[in-house]
Amino acid sequence: MIRALAVFIALGIFPLVMQAVDGMFYVSLAARILIYAIAATSLNLVLGYGGMVSFGHAAFFGAGAFVVGIMAVEGVRSAWIAWPTAMAVAALGALVIGAMSLRTRGVYFIMITLAFAQMIYYIFVSLKAYGGDDGLSMPGRSTLAADTPIPGDLAWYYLVLAVLALVLYGMHRLTRSRFGRVIDAIRENEARAEAIGYPVYRYKLLCFVIAGAVAGLAGALIANQSSYVSPSLLHWIQSGTLMIMVILGGVGTLWGGVIGAAVLLGLEHLIADYRIDWLAELAPNYQDHAGLAVGVVLLAIVLVAPQGLAGLFKKHA
Amino acid sequence: MLELRAVAKRFGGVVATDEVTLEVAKGEVHALIGPNGAGKTTLVGQIAGALSTDSGRIFFNGVDITHQKAYLRVAAGLARSYQITSIFRRFSVLENLALAVQARSGSSFSFWRPVSAERALFDEAAAIAADIGLGERLNSTAGTLAHGEQRALEVGLALATNPKLVLLDEPMAGMGPQESQAMIALIEKIRSRVTVLLVEHDMDAVFRLAARISVMVNGRLIATGTPGEIRADPAVRQAYLGEEVAA
Amino acid sequence: MLFLLAAGLTLVFGIMDMINLAHGSLYMIGAYFMASFVQATGSFWLGLPLALAATAIVGIVLEMTLLRRLYGRDHLTQVLATFAIILIANEAVRIVWGSQPILLNPPEGLTGPVALPGGLPYASYRLLIIGVGAAVALALYLLVTKTKVGMLVRAGASNREMALAMGVDIRRLFTAVFALGAALCALAGAMLGPILAVQVGMGENILILAFVVIVIGGIGSIRGAFVGALLVGIVDTGGRAFLPLLFSIFLPPQLSSAAGPAVASIMIYLLMAVVLYFRPQGLFPARG
Repeated sequence: MIRALAVFIALGIFPLVMQAVDGMFYVSLAARILIYAIAATSLNLVLGYGGMVSFGHAAFFGAGAFVVGIMAVEGVRSAWIAWPTAMAVAALGALVIGAMSLRTRGVYFIMITLAFAQMIYYIFVSLKAYGGDDGLSMPGRSTLAADTPIPGDLAWYYLVLAVLALVLYGMHRLTRSRFGRVIDAIRENEARAEAIGYPVYRYKLLCFVIAGAVAGLAGALIANQSSYVSPSLLHWIQSGTLMIMVILGGVGTLWGGVIGAAVLLGLEHLIADYRIDWLAELAPNYQDHAGLAVGVVLLAIVLVAPQGLAGLFKKHA
Repeated sequence: MLELRAVAKRFGGVVATDEVTLEVAKGEVHALIGPNGAGKTTLVGQIAGALSTDSGRIFFNGVDITHQKAYLRVAAGLARSYQITSIFRRFSVLENLALAVQARSGSSFSFWRPVSAERALFDEAAAIAADIGLGERLNSTAGTLAHGEQRALEVGLALATNPKLVLLDEPMAGMGPQESQAMIALIEKIRSRVTVLLVEHDMDAVFRLAARISVMVNGRLIATGTPGEIRADPAVRQAYLGEEVAA
Repeated sequence: MLFLLAAGLTLVFGIMDMINLAHGSLYMIGAYFMASFVQATGSFWLGLPLALAATAIVGIVLEMTLLRRLYGRDHLTQVLATFAIILIANEAVRIVWGSQPILLNPPEGLTGPVALPGGLPYASYRLLIIGVGAAVALALYLLVTKTKVGMLVRAGASNREMALAMGVDIRRLFTAVFALGAALCALAGAMLGPILAVQVGMGENILILAFVVIVIGGIGSIRGAFVGALLVGIVDTGGRAFLPLLFSIFLPPQLSSAAGPAVASIMIYLLMAVVLYFRPQGLFPARG
């Protein structure tokens, strides 16, 4: 608890410091990281605690963003209406996809979630009226009260921080609740959980839906971040990226999503924006190829730090 | 209490259980014996709902449960322990048992209150632990328990669901003589409050505990009766017991 | 063509129990190699075997260095590791060949249409593709059912532990299977290159389709991959061709022009959902 408070205080002071040193760009970047942290945390719920390897989580993330975007374009800009709607749509999507996917196990589950997520991607991309391939530009951020959009980068940052705090606290209570224990037990030994009287399918589905809803909320936030919704948010590479964040940060831990998002996005930013001179000698274009570094790092982690990953996932099927 | 009528299951071309008809009376300890591969564990799986049944009917307290989902059977009072230990290894003994208690104590679709605040759950779990002889090991991680202790927890998990009938699948598997005696004592302790269908290879235990014995060979039930009848049955002797035990 | 990719994927998964997301990357590499070799040699037909060989070599190297460590690991690890390989492969290709799509032409003599019985003109190159696909399918079928190697492959697919216990040299078998898969990918990439664009990321789109195919067809089964690919191909092309028409009859124009292609593109996923609902193991599962 103390640690959490310390982190939040630090995060709270951070933008004020930045404001003083004319580093507002970093505040914006930080807000972006925090939003991805929320998305990654929602995936951690389903992946880390629930043991369900969902490769289609980006669908809920992107769907939430698109809902907010579409509503904004159609004239509904109030955050009080748009954001819950985004969560509801994402939850509904999770319900439908989860209901179908959770009847399968192991590899089939992974691939089906992947396929369904791609399906959602294609659906949104083919909505030419709402941007199609190019993405959707919103006429500004969501409004909190009577037509005034959320002002400036500073207020936005604090809003995102508050949402993150709420999400984390919710996760904290959830994992310690009856529901959380059952989910944990299901991950540990699904057959026995059923054999002592738990309708396992229902619990997994509900976990999936909750995670989807939170991802939808993150999506609503990301749409507001730059008032633009890109279809790439729905792409399976995005799902993979979220998974990388969860793995990097710590599967099944409360702060895993936050740490993972911070490390991954921080790393990408560092590589893209800071020239390391000796590296530039070797490969002048290296900064264009940040993806390579991410890939290598991920591969290294997967191959070298096996216990953290393998230990938490019992055999599927 | 439990009635099976011509229950069968096929795996591809293999007939695992072949029209098994048997019944277990309330309050008795009914043993199910037979050579390895006879289909006993398959039958237990079918009764518990972990395996589907291809033909035949299963009745529990008069209700047809043939195609009922496993978790509903548990709620009706039918519990099972596994031949190959299947516990929640990462959790402590207390947590393992508390999970089973939790399943029958109200809805677990509760998202806010921490479970640790529910004293009643853990008190009951501790009582069950004491019952099965693990009272001193409440906080040990299940995966670190000795084999005999794990088998006790295995049975304890089934008992913690407060069943009316419990299916014990080779509870003494892999146990030495001392541990076996402890398990026999446990079964004697519980027989007054729960009906038992006991699958076992340990003939000592079987003849001591069972009121009736059923014998399965190659998926078929070849005999049912009192221990004396079974001992004397020529078909059983030929198929399974051999001459020595009968003597 | 989809069958080629699916076949390789299903074999790798069925035998080595490994999800290989980077399969699509091999397809992409195959296409790129093809383009370069064709440019270098000036001939489509010379370039083809070279591209196949080169990709197979890449596949073998990949298998021996990295993928070996992934056998027997849990699926999540495999997914992440091969996903990492995709990222690396995409960037590597971008480094070597640049970001722009490159041009690959069909062989001369096959650029024009050919008259099918019945008078329908059909692109001759596409006919070649169909022909090659059918030939490879037949060859694979014969290989798997009639030869000793094929028998080992099938044994491995249906029960790996038994095959191991019987003394099959697993490592060599795995490498060989993987190389075959890589070659199939390369063939698909090389042949589809002239029709689809040869660009970075081409692997991902077709990879998902390949996964859908093997889920529908059943993992580990070549016959399943074949049937699955056919089904997916028919549903997809048929959907794209007919659905917009169908919709335009029933719905007002603005809706149908948007809904038509949208629903068409998701037809295969709906197909997958339906198949899975009734047969969660796929249509022809290799494992019992």
